[in-house]
Amino acid sequence: MAEKGNVLLKIEGLRIEAYAEEKWFEIVHGVDLLLRRGEVMGLIGESGAGKSTIGLAAMGFARDGCRISGGSVEFDGLELTTTSETDRRRLRGSRIAYVAQSAAASFNPAHKLIDQHTEAPVHYRIRKRMESQEDAMELYQRLRLPNPREIGFRYPHQVSGGQLQRAMTAMAMSCRPDLIIFDEPTTALDVTTQIEVLAAIRDIVDQFNTAAIYITHDLAVVAQMADVIKVLLKGDQVEESDTRSMLENPQEDYTKSLWAVRSFQRAEKDRPGDEAVPVVTVENIDASYGPVKVLEDVSFDVHAGMTVAVVGESGSGKSTAARCITGLLPPTKGRILFQGEELPASYLARTKDQLRQAQMIYQMADTALNPKIRIGDIIGRPAEFYGGLKGTDLKNRVDELLDMIELDPSKFYGRYPPELSGGQKQRVGIARSLAADPTFIICDEVTSALDQLVAEGILRLLDRLQQDLNLAYMFITHDLATVRSIADEVVVMKQGRVVEQGQKSEMFKPPHHPYTDLLLSSVPEMDPDWLTTLLEERGVDNVGEAATT
Amino acid sequence: MNYFIIGYYALLIGGSCLAAHYKQRPAFLILFSLTLASFVMGIIGGEDALWAVTIAAGLLALAAGTAYSFREFLIVISGPQTARALRTAPLTAAFGMFVIFTYAVLGIFAPVIAPYGEAEVISQSFAPADENMLLGADQLGRDMFSRLVYGARNTVGLALVATAIAFFIGALLGMIAAVKQGWFDQAMGRVIDVVMSIPSLIFALLLLSIFGTNLVILVIIIGVIYSPRVYRLTRAVAGNVVVMDYIEAAKLRGEGMWYLIRREILPNSTAPLIAEFGLEFCFVFLLVAGLSFLGLGIQPPTADWGSMVRENATLISFGELTPLIPAGAIALLTVAVNMVVDWMLFRSSGLKE
Amino acid sequence: MADVGRIILLRLGLGILTLLVISALIFGAVELLPGDIAQAVLGQGATEETLAALRTEMGLDRSAPVRYIDWLAGAIVGDFGVSLLNQQPVADVIGPRFANTLFLAAYAAVIAVPVAILLGIIVALLRNTIFDRVANVATLTSISSPEFFLGYILILYFSVKTGWFPSIAKLSSSMTFFELLEATFLPALTMVLVVVAHMMRMTRAAIINLLASPYIEMARLKGAPGWKVITLHALPNAWAPIINVVALNLAYLITGVVLVEVVFVYPGIGQLLVDAVTKRDFPVVQACCLIFAATFILLNLAADVGAILTNPRLRHPK
Repeated sequence: MAEKGNVLLKIEGLRIEAYAEEKWFEIVHGVDLLLRRGEVMGLIGESGAGKSTIGLAAMGFARDGCRISGGSVEFDGLELTTTSETDRRRLRGSRIAYVAQSAAASFNPAHKLIDQHTEAPVHYRIRKRMESQEDAMELYQRLRLPNPREIGFRYPHQVSGGQLQRAMTAMAMSCRPDLIIFDEPTTALDVTTQIEVLAAIRDIVDQFNTAAIYITHDLAVVAQMADVIKVLLKGDQVEESDTRSMLENPQEDYTKSLWAVRSFQRAEKDRPGDEAVPVVTVENIDASYGPVKVLEDVSFDVHAGMTVAVVGESGSGKSTAARCITGLLPPTKGRILFQGEELPASYLARTKDQLRQAQMIYQMADTALNPKIRIGDIIGRPAEFYGGLKGTDLKNRVDELLDMIELDPSKFYGRYPPELSGGQKQRVGIARSLAADPTFIICDEVTSALDQLVAEGILRLLDRLQQDLNLAYMFITHDLATVRSIADEVVVMKQGRVVEQGQKSEMFKPPHHPYTDLLLSSVPEMDPDWLTTLLEERGVDNVGEAATT
Repeated sequence: MNYFIIGYYALLIGGSCLAAHYKQRPAFLILFSLTLASFVMGIIGGEDALWAVTIAAGLLALAAGTAYSFREFLIVISGPQTARALRTAPLTAAFGMFVIFTYAVLGIFAPVIAPYGEAEVISQSFAPADENMLLGADQLGRDMFSRLVYGARNTVGLALVATAIAFFIGALLGMIAAVKQGWFDQAMGRVIDVVMSIPSLIFALLLLSIFGTNLVILVIIIGVIYSPRVYRLTRAVAGNVVVMDYIEAAKLRGEGMWYLIRREILPNSTAPLIAEFGLEFCFVFLLVAGLSFLGLGIQPPTADWGSMVRENATLISFGELTPLIPAGAIALLTVAVNMVVDWMLFRSSGLKE
Repeated sequence: MADVGRIILLRLGLGILTLLVISALIFGAVELLPGDIAQAVLGQGATEETLAALRTEMGLDRSAPVRYIDWLAGAIVGDFGVSLLNQQPVADVIGPRFANTLFLAAYAAVIAVPVAILLGIIVALLRNTIFDRVANVATLTSISSPEFFLGYILILYFSVKTGWFPSIAKLSSSMTFFELLEATFLPALTMVLVVVAHMMRMTRAAIINLLASPYIEMARLKGAPGWKVITLHALPNAWAPIINVVALNLAYLITGVVLVEVVFVYPGIGQLLVDAVTKRDFPVVQACCLIFAATFILLNLAADVGAILTNPRLRHPK
């Protein structure tokens, strides 16, 4: 990037406290940060790392129930922690702007986009109302919003999520601030939409030479956006360096664990011959929620000991397909076969044994385990319910299952789910499905809520279990890295239809179906040049040129 | 100027200065605004007004002291987990618990505590208080104090039974609707909407005019009238639980409705339901008291606070406080329950984040 | 706008349907009487002949649905039949008393609504300060007190001890408007005390809920000063919750009025209802219940329509 200017923001020893249960708890324990003019810093960490809180503190702002308890925040020579609230307020919107995670919730539903855009410049007398409106339209155009001259006169709920996020970036730019805080601006978006927003944000920040703090939990995203990356863990700083050296040579163990490229990759198994009966066959199913058709003519099958990955963005129908198989949403057309026999459409009509054979593991282990039931009882219930086990038999079975998922029975039997970590909960979820002694398991985004290393552990565990018990897996995911590690076959879905399916090795080799191609190429990679290269490949003009013409 | 007034202001101003010195913002604000308010009240009401303030402050301090020691007492006698929860209880909630505890003792041991029977005529009507009668006699010459104690048993007991009925009906139907969904849920929703669009007091009056004021009927009517509120809350709370994946997992396992309600939904809805029980009790209690006051609730000679107010209302025009005592007893219990519920709601909302 | 119109019409239709169902309930409830009205009026000792005569006179020989439609048709034009007690038309008995009740409710509402909303907003802005806590305890105490407790306290201090206001609300047609206001001050004040407390708490909750929304934080992060955040960003979205609070509490006033009227011997419809219930004058009970229920439904309807009209998502459809 071009040369960077002098220091704009200097944070030293920042401490922030939050109020809970009549007490103040420290949630940020002394963080330092130095940002020069025109520089983009990525703040990265898991939820609870204090990223957003630090981002807001850079504006001299603390949410209700939070307070800055120590350290200094110096913005362009002004000490924000000691200056008056009025002075702090005057910086916001004019010299430091904020882009929130959920644009849909952060735009006021009662006003038009352009009126919200012009509010700050008119208030600070930077521009007259009409000038500011013209400026908004120009910014909308630079950010490649459709109908830049009209879109501002709509209300927030009349505009889509990806467009709102760009409109919010335009609003942040309305006073040409020195610094913008981006708080997870693309987390709520689909990968294909994310690309457009990322490109738009990066270009506009570059053009106006604005400094930015980019907050995210997604490494690949931050690698595209930031000059410097700072890693946070539970309110402590772990390490900081420029993007390339951070990616190539992380120093701290925690950073390495985040960076760890998934090493686990299983050899692909070949599809058995035509004479083998698949465990589950989905035959030409249609499904709808009320009048809205969500699945159309979907067919695929899953063989014993094999993993089929179903890939697609949100709304593609991949989870709906799973609901049809489990019988929660009876298909309107087509059939579902289990080992060659047709299953009743609704789970209510299925026998206990049919229910036992197909189990499910959920994405959010938090909501998949009842917080008020002991781990031992959660795992024991299917064994008791289906197998009729009681007393010591039941206890032994639960111990055996806990051993299988590598949790110590003596420690975990009596605990409750909230006392466990995310990975441990997911293991309990796996054990519960195994307790039913199934032949087929649906894994619904089982690793997407977990950190890389933990996720890899879960994938390895699932693979080992598959080999030991000859299980058939249907793996629902949007993450292609997961597909690469564990899948044998891949089904790509879009808007309720299967666009492509086949062996994994074929799928990752061109030529692809255009949508598969778009999907594959839209997933950010851990390479700082990825976005630039991609945009060039896709033939999108560099936005700077587009806007100046 | 007399010593009382000088002492009064000296104390307030001294207190404010101390609070300001030790940076106790809330205490300072209260003391100093009280000082300013006292100037105004002193000018309008004279020394009497200041005495009233002093007495009120004394009573408040007494209540706070009682609440504090009662909370400490509870913390000492309860297990470690309950104790931790109790430590976060504000004084208002502790005071509420103390009042509820007192009423419970009065109600349970009424025959032991009350010196006379509830219907026993022992003197002339409206006889003033003497060494035999702590609060004097009522319009028929029965001991006010004894009737008050028995009232704790009758009025509160009746309200409790009615609330329990409302809860049993409402919570059960609410959970069934949440689990079953579909047409049952829809139909229940409509019925509840209609029932709730009749004001409860009016509904109660209508039904009482038809079925008469029999005690059993009264309890059932009130229970039925208030069950829709419980239904709505339970449906909402259980509705948040049934969308959880663990419910889906249990359904797909083939579990029956009772298992889902008993093992999966109920343990996850207890906190809001207990708070709602408290709130519901307040509504029911006020309705029972109101009906009795109108002469349509618990019938004489059974002692009951609402009808005691009505029977002795004429004394008000002679400047007597007597009819206010049972009314105050009603208010005190409702305040107490509300304060505890307030704390519980605050806790459950705070824990969610 | 066509969309909003449709939603409002739908809501109105639902309101009318609810009212119909409730009128059927009120009518049907009386049918549940052990025996029938004639029996209830004449008591156990009545002979068959007198019973039969009364039944024909009251039209009880016709089937229930026919009588219901008859009753409903009458009720719509204001004819509620004849009182069992004094044979007067029910409408004549209710008419002036209903006007009195409306006067009292309006009197209380005019004071309570602005005071409560203002105080509610102030307390919401001062949340978690000592004032907020004091207000919390005070309003909690007020809503926990039965109306007759507050009423008698007011009588004791403002009427018996000081003699400022009359304790019994005697109305006569010769009174001027200000005399009327003075005569009904204590009952109105009692209702104000209860309703203000309720309304303050609900307004506070609604405002705090609103202030927690991300777009308010966004407005503050855009540097908008406090008054602008409130007027420009919070208020346009606050109408729906505030309208809701007002309507709910006016509806509450309507029922609270029954107890207050009895305490102050106020000649309103509430007291009439209580008398009719004790004396089992069914036509009057039915008429009063229908009027109360209709007012209640009307207010809820108004709240819903208000909320629909102020919802930007509905005013500017996609």
